[in-house]
Amino acid sequence: MSLSNNMNYPLELSLTKSYEENRGNIYTSPHPSISLARKNGIEDFKKIGLPTTKLEKWRTTNLSDLYKKEFTIGDNKPVFNKEINEIFHCNVHGFNTNVFALLNGWYYSPEEEQIQELDNGIIVGSINAAQKKYPELIDKYFNSLAKTDGNGLNAANAALFTDGFFIHVPDNVVSEKAIQLIKMVNRENNTMINTRNLIVLGKNSKLSFLHCDDSINQQPGFLTTNTEIFLHENASLDLYKLQNLNNNTTLVNSSCVQQKSGSDLKINVLTFNGGVIRNEFIVDLIGENANADISGMYLMDDNQHVDNQIKVIHSAPNCTSSELFKGVLDDNASGVFNGYIYVARDAQKTLAFQRNANILMKSTASIDTMPFLEIYADDVKCSHGATVGQLDNDALFYLMQRGISESNAKLLLMYAFVTEVTNKITIQPLQDSIDDMVKKRLRGDLSICEKCVLHCSTPDIPVEFEIDMSKI
Amino acid sequence: MKEEKENENILEEVTSSEYKYGFVTDIETETAPMGLTEDTVKFISKKKNEPEWLLEYRLKAYRYWLTIEEPDWALLNHPPINYQDIIYYAAPKQKEVKESLDEVDPELLDTFNKLGISLDEQKMLTGVAVDAVIDSVSVKTTFQDTLAKHGIIFCSFSEAVQNHPELVKKYLGTVVPHTDNFFAALNSAVFSDGSFCYIPKGVRCPIELSTYFRINAANTGQFERTLLVADEGSYVSYLEGCTAPQRDENQLHAAIVEIITFDDAEVKYSTVQNWYPGDKNGVGGIYNFVTKRGLCKGKNSKISWTQVETGSAITWKYPSCTLLGDNSIGEFYSVAVTNNMQQADTGTKMIHIGKNTKSTIISKGISAGKSNNSYRGLVRVSKKADNARNFSQCDSLLLGDKCGAHTFPYIKNNNRSSVVEHEATTSKISEDQLFYCQQRGIDTEKSIGLIVNGYAKEVLNKLPMEFAVEAQKLLAITLEGSVG
Repeated sequence: MSLSNNMNYPLELSLTKSYEENRGNIYTSPHPSISLARKNGIEDFKKIGLPTTKLEKWRTTNLSDLYKKEFTIGDNKPVFNKEINEIFHCNVHGFNTNVFALLNGWYYSPEEEQIQELDNGIIVGSINAAQKKYPELIDKYFNSLAKTDGNGLNAANAALFTDGFFIHVPDNVVSEKAIQLIKMVNRENNTMINTRNLIVLGKNSKLSFLHCDDSINQQPGFLTTNTEIFLHENASLDLYKLQNLNNNTTLVNSSCVQQKSGSDLKINVLTFNGGVIRNEFIVDLIGENANADISGMYLMDDNQHVDNQIKVIHSAPNCTSSELFKGVLDDNASGVFNGYIYVARDAQKTLAFQRNANILMKSTASIDTMPFLEIYADDVKCSHGATVGQLDNDALFYLMQRGISESNAKLLLMYAFVTEVTNKITIQPLQDSIDDMVKKRLRGDLSICEKCVLHCSTPDIPVEFEIDMSKI
Repeated sequence: MKEEKENENILEEVTSSEYKYGFVTDIETETAPMGLTEDTVKFISKKKNEPEWLLEYRLKAYRYWLTIEEPDWALLNHPPINYQDIIYYAAPKQKEVKESLDEVDPELLDTFNKLGISLDEQKMLTGVAVDAVIDSVSVKTTFQDTLAKHGIIFCSFSEAVQNHPELVKKYLGTVVPHTDNFFAALNSAVFSDGSFCYIPKGVRCPIELSTYFRINAANTGQFERTLLVADEGSYVSYLEGCTAPQRDENQLHAAIVEIITFDDAEVKYSTVQNWYPGDKNGVGGIYNFVTKRGLCKGKNSKISWTQVETGSAITWKYPSCTLLGDNSIGEFYSVAVTNNMQQADTGTKMIHIGKNTKSTIISKGISAGKSNNSYRGLVRVSKKADNARNFSQCDSLLLGDKCGAHTFPYIKNNNRSSVVEHEATTSKISEDQLFYCQQRGIDTEKSIGLIVNGYAKEVLNKLPMEFAVEAQKLLAITLEGSVG
């Protein structure tokens, strides 16, 4: 792999320039080890540059047009002048969450609430504030999982992140209420925003975390997020990622997870809209009897592009993992799935499954799917499958024969196709509202919301297909 | 405990089993000076008395080769290959062209007898026409007369260049261009011989055609080239086998196989690859970097690859099909076995371009010892390939806890009316199956043989009879008793 790069793209130059100019203000970190990480990040970035299709991992996602554009990089901290509730409303019926927000790359709260300890001992807040208040936690966890790994965007993120979200759940704390993070962008020009999150779950703790990526206006933007997640012994995390961005926005997510023994991870990535969305997850199972269950759904149309790179590393024996991704691609949309199961030499008794299924609605849509297995232990059961096809003609005929219009029959079948993923959502009100969103999205009614994605759901008036059930 | 020990003994026995084709034949050879320069290319071309256009083709390939780098994307580990440390041309010294087997160097005949492909015996008993390539030069082609009666051309590549230059010129490099990849460029520059086959319109080749490749001389690389053209409505079944002597240094083998099928033609290409795999510590063995590709040019044409890969220290091989003609069919059946320190990165590419094209991929990987066995395959459905259909199944079996089995499928689909399915599993021999066999009085060693053979049956069944027997024996030798 050749990593030589001559910094050819305007974005590469403006990224390095931005670091030089702003390292005294928005890129300062109170914690010395983070300052060092920033410095290393920019050095790495200068060496490797932005990822191009020459890299194996980036062959299927081409961002070179984006790199040629002029971006305003980073942004000053917005002044807190409106309550979060005034900016967005979350009306999921029966779903009670603690809501937090990031606006334009900064934690959005009154100054005194930049980091707070909730009643049950959970610490939530800005990653910058955490550096000051909890340096020992930052020392222990920050930057210990995230790697540059030949990926220039990760290196740039390490150097140029402005702020991010921090959660620490102490040992034995089971959070009743889910934590919801709304990430919003509201800028008038081409802005690149880099954020950095850290989530730590102590022993025997439990948390549901809902992470919403939303854009507010139709302005083009480029967002990168690096997230590090630590699950200690027997911890359990349900992570939902909702992605509903405008078609001019590019989002590159990179998450590294470390799981100790007995821990349980559920990730659900729900991609509804977005110009280019790339989700990378690297989950390392380092303790025995850990389980990782990663699923995702994408409904793309127009010229949208979605790329899911999911790597599960079985470093310890007796762990289980599953990857299930399903998608419907319409118009000129393109999709990429690269699942990767790595079973280390001594990780015996591993059970790992991987499946990707796609439906192409038009011949202009395309899908690249790469379900990989790399296995070095013999007493394992691993399987993977991938399919690409169209809707089942027999099923379509069956429905139409019973008086359901072709368009409705197609909707019904597509809906049935993705429910395998949405049914994995364990919080019932959330599942209901996501279900509604899927229906709306398939009918083309769901454009990006001005506020939280969940706002568009009104479970009291469920969206139904125009189907007369008595005819079936 | 006792059983475990027994198993260990069996494993020991098997892994230490000698490579039975590891002899060297003392034949006088004529070689080119070591290393690769434009002069080497010219030397080979001159030796073969080649026309100007072919030399030009070689030089073009050589100049292109200089500009590119060896690929490193495969899951293979080997010290860098020094391309100046190889003899690019080694030919058994021949005094004159021979008319019958009696005139062939007896040492050479002996070699083939040891290989179990006694040329004359085969001629009598099995009715397989054989073209034998030793080091880099084709030494004998049998059954010329029978084939000539049907208008079939089956000869060494150099003969084809002399006798049928128009055919060679027309088809050479049309399926695998010299710019295809690093090893294809190298082969295009220095290929020394190989087989050429042309089946005329409407002819169903009555006998199976076979090429045997053998590297004999030390420090040489073998770069042969096979070109197979099946004209409209024709059919041929083609077999290929390979062996090499046991040596401590690694030897390079970089071959090209090109197949073209026209309307309604069918080619069945079977390989049993048994190059010297190196010893159990990974010393020596052949580096096998091969480019094989078939072009289904005509409507309703079909190309079927079947391979049994048991040899070579390193295998880098992706027999592929470009399905250009409407309704054309591509098939790939593979059993790849690796033991000791062997590494294999093998698979296929199915490129669907024509309408209603179909492809099937069945790959069975078996790894034992400290070996690594990867399947790497691409299925691409282009925008115009309406109703294309692919089914892939890639299973891996792990024998022992020090080996690796990997699967890297790539699926690129651009057509909504197509259906592409990929399935894969990785597991070890099930204890239940083993117990079931043993319970019926079959010992461990035989049980494993039985299970592995059953596991690979789907592919072995696709082999022509003579090869199927050989392949099953090879499987038994490589794997007997290596219980996980």
